[in-house]
Parts: sequence; C-alpha cells; structure tokens
Amino acid sequence: MKKGMALALLAGFALPFAAAKAEPPSAASVLLTYADIAHATYRDSLTLAEEMDKAIEALVAEPSEARLKAAREAWLAARVPYQQSEVYRFGNAIVDDWEGRVNAWPLDEGLIDYVDAVYGDSAPENRFYVVNVIASPAIQIGGRSIDASTITPALLQDELHEVDGIEANVATGYHAVEFLLWGQDLNGTGPGAGNRPYTDFDLSNCTGGNCERRIAYLQAASKLLLADLQEMVQAWGPIGAARNALFAESPEAGILTMLTGMGSLSYGELAGERMKLGLMLHDPEEEHDCFSDNTHNSHYNDIVGIQNVYLGRYKRSDGSLVTGASLSDYVKGYAPELDQELRQELTRTLASAEAMVKRAETVESYDQMIGPGNAEGNAVVQAVIDDLIQQTRSIERIVVALNIGQIEIEGSDSLDNPNAVFQ
Amino acid sequence: MPSSSNRLVLGACLLVAGTLLSLATGGAEENDPLAHREDLTPEQRARVAAVTQPTERFDKAEPFEAMSAGAGTSRKYVNRDAFSNPLANLTFEQEQDFKLGNGIFKKLWVSSPSSTRASDGLGPLYNARSCQRCHLKDGRGQPPANNEVDAVSMFLRLSVPAETEELQQALVDKQILRVPEPTYGGQLQNFALPGIPPEGRMVIGYEEVPVTLGDGSLVFLRKPGYGVADLGYGPLHPDVQLSPRVAPQMIGLGLVEAIHPGDILAWADPDDSDGDGISGKPSWLRDPDSGKPLIGRFGWKASTGSLKAQSADAFAGDIGISTPGKAPYGDCTAAQNLCRAAPQGEQADLGESEAPDPLLDLVAFYSGNLAVPARRLVEDPQVLKGKRLFYEAGCATCHRPKFVTRKDAEPEQHAFQLIWPYSDFLLHDMGEGLADGRPVGDAGGREWRTAPLWGTGLTEEVSGHSFFLHDGRARSRLEAILWHGGEAEAAREAVVKMTKEERDALLAFLQSL
Repeated sequence: MKKGMALALLAGFALPFAAAKAEPPSAASVLLTYADIAHATYRDSLTLAEEMDKAIEALVAEPSEARLKAAREAWLAARVPYQQSEVYRFGNAIVDDWEGRVNAWPLDEGLIDYVDAVYGDSAPENRFYVVNVIASPAIQIGGRSIDASTITPALLQDELHEVDGIEANVATGYHAVEFLLWGQDLNGTGPGAGNRPYTDFDLSNCTGGNCERRIAYLQAASKLLLADLQEMVQAWGPIGAARNALFAESPEAGILTMLTGMGSLSYGELAGERMKLGLMLHDPEEEHDCFSDNTHNSHYNDIVGIQNVYLGRYKRSDGSLVTGASLSDYVKGYAPELDQELRQELTRTLASAEAMVKRAETVESYDQMIGPGNAEGNAVVQAVIDDLIQQTRSIERIVVALNIGQIEIEGSDSLDNPNAVFQ
Repeated sequence: MPSSSNRLVLGACLLVAGTLLSLATGGAEENDPLAHREDLTPEQRARVAAVTQPTERFDKAEPFEAMSAGAGTSRKYVNRDAFSNPLANLTFEQEQDFKLGNGIFKKLWVSSPSSTRASDGLGPLYNARSCQRCHLKDGRGQPPANNEVDAVSMFLRLSVPAETEELQQALVDKQILRVPEPTYGGQLQNFALPGIPPEGRMVIGYEEVPVTLGDGSLVFLRKPGYGVADLGYGPLHPDVQLSPRVAPQMIGLGLVEAIHPGDILAWADPDDSDGDGISGKPSWLRDPDSGKPLIGRFGWKASTGSLKAQSADAFAGDIGISTPGKAPYGDCTAAQNLCRAAPQGEQADLGESEAPDPLLDLVAFYSGNLAVPARRLVEDPQVLKGKRLFYEAGCATCHRPKFVTRKDAEPEQHAFQLIWPYSDFLLHDMGEGLADGRPVGDAGGREWRTAPLWGTGLTEEVSGHSFFLHDGRARSRLEAILWHGGEAEAAREAVVKMTKEERDALLAFLQSL
C-alpha cells in the first residue's frame, strides 16, 4: 500500500479530473513545511521564553509591581507560540514523550509554595500535597528524605516532578512558573486571577516567607523550561530526531501523522478533556491556565496551531511568515470538496474561539463561563466544542478519501513479522 | 432468599459450561476445538485455532508477537506514561471519551457539602480521594514502606464465614460472593471525613525466609503478616478474614472483557482430568443486573465479570462515591451511625447519585481502553531462550499466551484481536504460602486468578518499583516465582533448578513483556 499509494491515488483521482483539479504538491514537500513550521514555532517559543526569563531576572533583581507585571506579560506572550505548537504533540511520539515536563497540568500547588487555608492542610493520599518546597530545605516523607537545601533545575526535574507517581505533583514547566508569578486563584468561579504580591520576591521586604528560596525556585523553573524548549528546537532542526522520525516512514504515513495530530488535539484533548470536562463538572479547577486566567488564549492558540498545520502557514512572533506546500493543497488535489469543507470549518472554529476570547476579555473569565447556572457562558464554550468536533469529522473523511487510515508501520505487511497485526 | 428461577438459570449455565468444556477437550466435534465460537465462520475458526496454538519454535519471534494488544497496541515511547495511553486504534470520538474518563479518573472528590457541588460526596469512609491515587500512573500499587502509615495503593478486604443457613445459601446461589464483616463492611477504609473515625490502619510485619536455589545461591522471601491497629469501631468479628490487595495495573482490560467465555472454559480442568497437576477452574458469578451467570475475569480472585461493575464497586468501596444503583454512604455499615448520618453528595438537579451518568460509563470506558505497550526485544536471543524456558518449565500452562477476542465484541476496536495477556483467567491453588484463607465465590482461600503478565516488564519504568503478587510481598520477579506453590509447585521447582544463565534468560523474557 504505502509506496504504491501515491501512484494509485494519482491514477484514481488526479488523472480523470486533471483539468478540474490543481496538481497536488508531493507528500514529502508537505511534510517539509510541517517540519519547518514546527521548528519555527518551537524557536519562537524559546525566544519568548528567553524574554520571560529576562523579565524574571529583572523582577528578582529589583522587585516592584511594574516588574512583576512585566514578567507576567512576558509569560502570557511566551504561551502564544507554545500553545500553537501543541498540535505537534499528537502523532509525534518524541514530542509527546517530552511534553509532560513543560506543560503538565493540573498541579497541586502546595507542593511548591505556601497556599491558602481553603486549600487544606493535608491530603491523606498525596504526601507531597503541602510539602511547600520553598519553605523546606530538608524534606522528610515516610522513610525518605530529599535534600532541597539548594533549589536547582535537577531537584525540580529529577526529585520532585511527579514525585510518588502522582501526576498532580507538577514541579516544572509553564504552569509551575505561572503559579509562582500569579499565586493561587482564590476566586472560585468569581472574577479574578491569582494575586501574588511582588514582595514575595523582595528580600528586603519579604512577604510569604522564604523569598530567597522562592526566587531560586522561579529561576530554576524558568531555566529548565529554556533547556527543555531548546531540546525541542533541536529536535525539529535540520538533522533533528523529530524531523528524522517524521521522514523515517513513508510520506503518506507522515500525512496521516499530521491529520491525526489535528484530529486528536481538536476532539479528544481540546473539545474533550480541556473544555467538555469542565463544562460537565462546572468545576473552576478544570481550567488550563488557572492561575493567570489565560485559558481562553490557551485554547485559542491551540486552534490557531491546528490551522497552521493544515494551511502550511505560520505567522511568527516577529510578524514574518513561514509558508510552503500545504496539506490543504495536497487534499485539494484529491478531494477538493473536502478541502473546501475543512477550510470553512477551521475558519468557523476560529471565529467561535475569537468570540470566547472576546467574552473573556470583556464579560467574564473562562472559569466563570464554565460555571453552573451560566447558560450564556456555557453556550459560548459549547459552540467552540461543537465546531471542533465538526472539523474533526471532516478530518476523518479526508483520511478515508486519501485511503491512508490503514497505513501500517514499515515492514509490517509481512505476515512473518512479530510487529504485524493479525486480521 | 433467592428465587428458585435464578437457581435454575445458574444450573443451566453450568450445564452450558460443561458442554463447552467437553467440546474443547475432545467431544463429538474433536476436529473443531473452537465450535463454541459462534461469532466466527468455520474458516475464521481454523485460522484462530492455528494462531492461538502455543508455539513450539523458539529460534525466532512469532508473527504478531510484539503487538500484545493487537491493533490497539501502543507504539509510543516507553516512559512513565507507558500504561496511560489509549488503544492505538480508537477513533477521535472514542479518544474523547477516553480523555473524559481519564479526567474523572484523576478527579479529586471532596466532602459534602461543597461549593463545587458536582465534585462532592467523598466518603464518609474512603481509601483514596480519586481513582488515580491508587492506580498510580495506571500501574500496580505497592505496600507501604517501613514507618509509613498512609498506605493508599493497598488495602485490606474483610469478611467473615457465613454463619446462617440463609447466608450459606446466598453464597451457593452466588447472590453474594462473601459475607462482609458485620461492623466494618467489605474493606478497611483508613481515612474518613472530619468528625468521623477512620476504621483503622493496616499493620504489616515481614519475616525474611531464605530459599536456596539449585546453583547454591540464596534468595530471601519476605513473609508478611497482617493486622489492624487503631480500630475505630470496636473489635473486629473474632473470625474475621483479612486479605490484602494492591491496586492492579489497568492495561488491556477491555480486551480481556472481549475474550469469549468458551475460550476461558476450554482451558478449565477443575478435576484435573488430564492429570497434569494443573486444574484451573472458572470463577462463576451472577450478573448483578440480569441475574444471569457470567465468568469472573477481573480482580485478584476473578470476583468481577465486567469493568462497569468493577468501576462501580471501586467508586463505592474505595472512594465512597455512589453511582446509579449504589448507596451514597459507600462501605458504611448500619453499625456505623455517624457515617450513615453524614451529609451526602447526591443532588437531584445534577442527576441521580454522587457520580451521576455518564461518569461511571466514562470511567469504565477509560478503564477498558488503556493500551498495552508493544513488546521490546522480541528477537533478542536471550529473550527467546527465556521464552523457551518459560514454556518448558510449564509457566505457559496457566500463563496462557494468547487469545483471539470475539468478533462481535464492542466496541469493534476490541473485536477479533490477537492478544497476548499470559493468563488463562482461571483460579488455581497456589499453595499455603500465598493463601489468604479468605474464600470469595468459587475461589478458595488458597486459590488465585492467574495474573496476566503483559506489561510486567515495564513495572519499574511506570511505577518505580518491582513489587509483585496480590500484596506486593515479592520484591522482584524471581521472588514472585518462588512464592508459587500448589499447582505451580512443579514450575517453581523447574525455576529453582535452573542455572543462573537460564534464570537470567527467563527474567529477560519477562522483562520484555
């Protein structure tokens, strides 16, 4: 199937309708654009995270309200390209393997720093629930001791992240930095984000205690994020592992990877886990960027990222464009009506997401929108969910039309192969 | 008392089981050992019979062997999340249900009343506040380390012998599988909401027992003893039976549910009529909804037949959260007044029970669709040698390598898959050493369900430990093997006699699963 497929498709579709349809780009050239956009998106993520790191250094050097605000704004800006990169996590095993370090969520913030009394002073099933690493140079839990006298990237990554196998023990990544910059959101489904005072980082006028260690934690988490992003920039570079993995199999398998990534992020991850679950439970904790009240932008940029992959076009953070042979053109060559349908649906989803963003900026924040008894707010979120599901249906139809749904891994067509699937 | 019609149904079923058994072991249709597979055409039956035949060649890997869960096998990178991936062949929509189910699985429940009304109803007695806090990384639980009192991924089941004729008859009729301890209920909850006493805490003592292997090397097994301290509700019943349980790994469960019951019965030999020293008997249950008999497949004693029932039981017993048809107070007995009187989390406007529909269905879907990771190193010569030794020692007699699931299984992603669970899903006498002396349904005090071995090689990666068996007493795969007794005595002896090189190969094979 694999190697012969492009030819078969040409014979089946392109030749009889050659006049009506544009000559599709090769699958390989489409993959090249996909990889180039990945590289540019991770590069922008790194650049803006470096800006954030500078703003954090400025904050801790001379803490002030203005500098805390600047650091928060730098974090928000850094989230834009990163969220647009998320579509690459689905389908690319190397990204998925890495993602837990940088974007893990939700987190039990009491592991990291002081928390309000409403958070509770213990959780019987999570020994690290209120460990408060910032206040604890030596951690003794059960028979185990962790030396936290110096807060380093290694301590966060190797000792504390997902400690005890509990996924909510998030010690690293964007959301750990977010918590340190904003603090807890204690407003429930009421208005307002976290409201940490800048003096939490002020050695001469320290609030919240242990400002020196809080600074060290923030610096370590920020530096670790830079190192992790650097790794992914390299992975998508000219001889990077992620790029190589993409081209290691047939180009059609790569096309399937692209479509799978778009569909999985649209439906299961975004429409499902990140939106429908919160709506179903009406739980303000089910909010992706909960400390900063940035969830609407986080969702919006996920959606932009899906569109980037399909249209083969990415607007970089400096305003320049990365473009190339697109998946849209490829699909258009074989199934023009499906291409048109999906492009329309992507536009509609983006419009619904813009309405959600506008509501978050002008009426109420995302956690209020998913609250109970808020029919209007619920409906705005539901509209985005519905559109995401709709566009995934078209993606499924495209997979069928391109006849790539059953692509198997290299060599598995031999029945003698232990990697084959019995059918 | 159960109705007599129910009894008749069960009788009829056992008859059916007997028929299937005779077919499988050489009845009239000797040429078609899969005659019970009404879901298959004769041609498919022949293919399935051929492909599920235990291999006799160990010079290279078998076809399909690396794909432990068939088309659903996960080929993602092996990391700590290796047990948390969805089956690879799910549709986008099923992937959403999986992720919603995962959200509920991770969700921390809180006490009632709470401002997050949809999330309250915890307890009043509980072992954990979420599913995931026992099923860490969807892997197996572990016994608490020394000096730790806050065990989460392990607890004690409690029961007492049936003292009345009525209870004895209910056991015979499978209306119940065990009699709960009258005050404490079916399991010991070590946590409770504020103002309500927890039931107590599990106490474990270990004694090191030396075992000398054939090559002279010495292995220590730790023999556990269990008790309960800080009892919150007075003394336990004098004849109480305690049985510890670690949380099992979650992978491949929906595929196990999709195995044809006739395929399980085909390997049963309760009276050891073939004289190989291995009996193997099915665990017969009664479907709680229909009253019809069904085979138990899940749990250390195969005491649950469906994932939905297993999920509902865990919600109620472990977290104290009710699902439709269950009481809101979880495992609180009538003797635990404070607990029964505590505020509940049911709210009519949100739907019936504390976890209203579709939460249970989502969790059951999640539980049924966790992928088994692909095997590693299937062609490695040491692994192949270990595989041969595994078969030669007789391990594969109970740790049955493969099945082809029902063609009519739902969802279709589970259907007609060649899977490699390494279990016969039957009960076996495992000897006095492993006995808990606590019968559950058809499983006697010395009997346990053959534990599936798929994924076992990733325990260290996923769970960060290598504790095995129902109570995590074994600290390594070798210790787990050495605890085997009863029907597995001969297989154990074969391993004891192995050279170090052979043992290493056997363990390398297990590590590759």
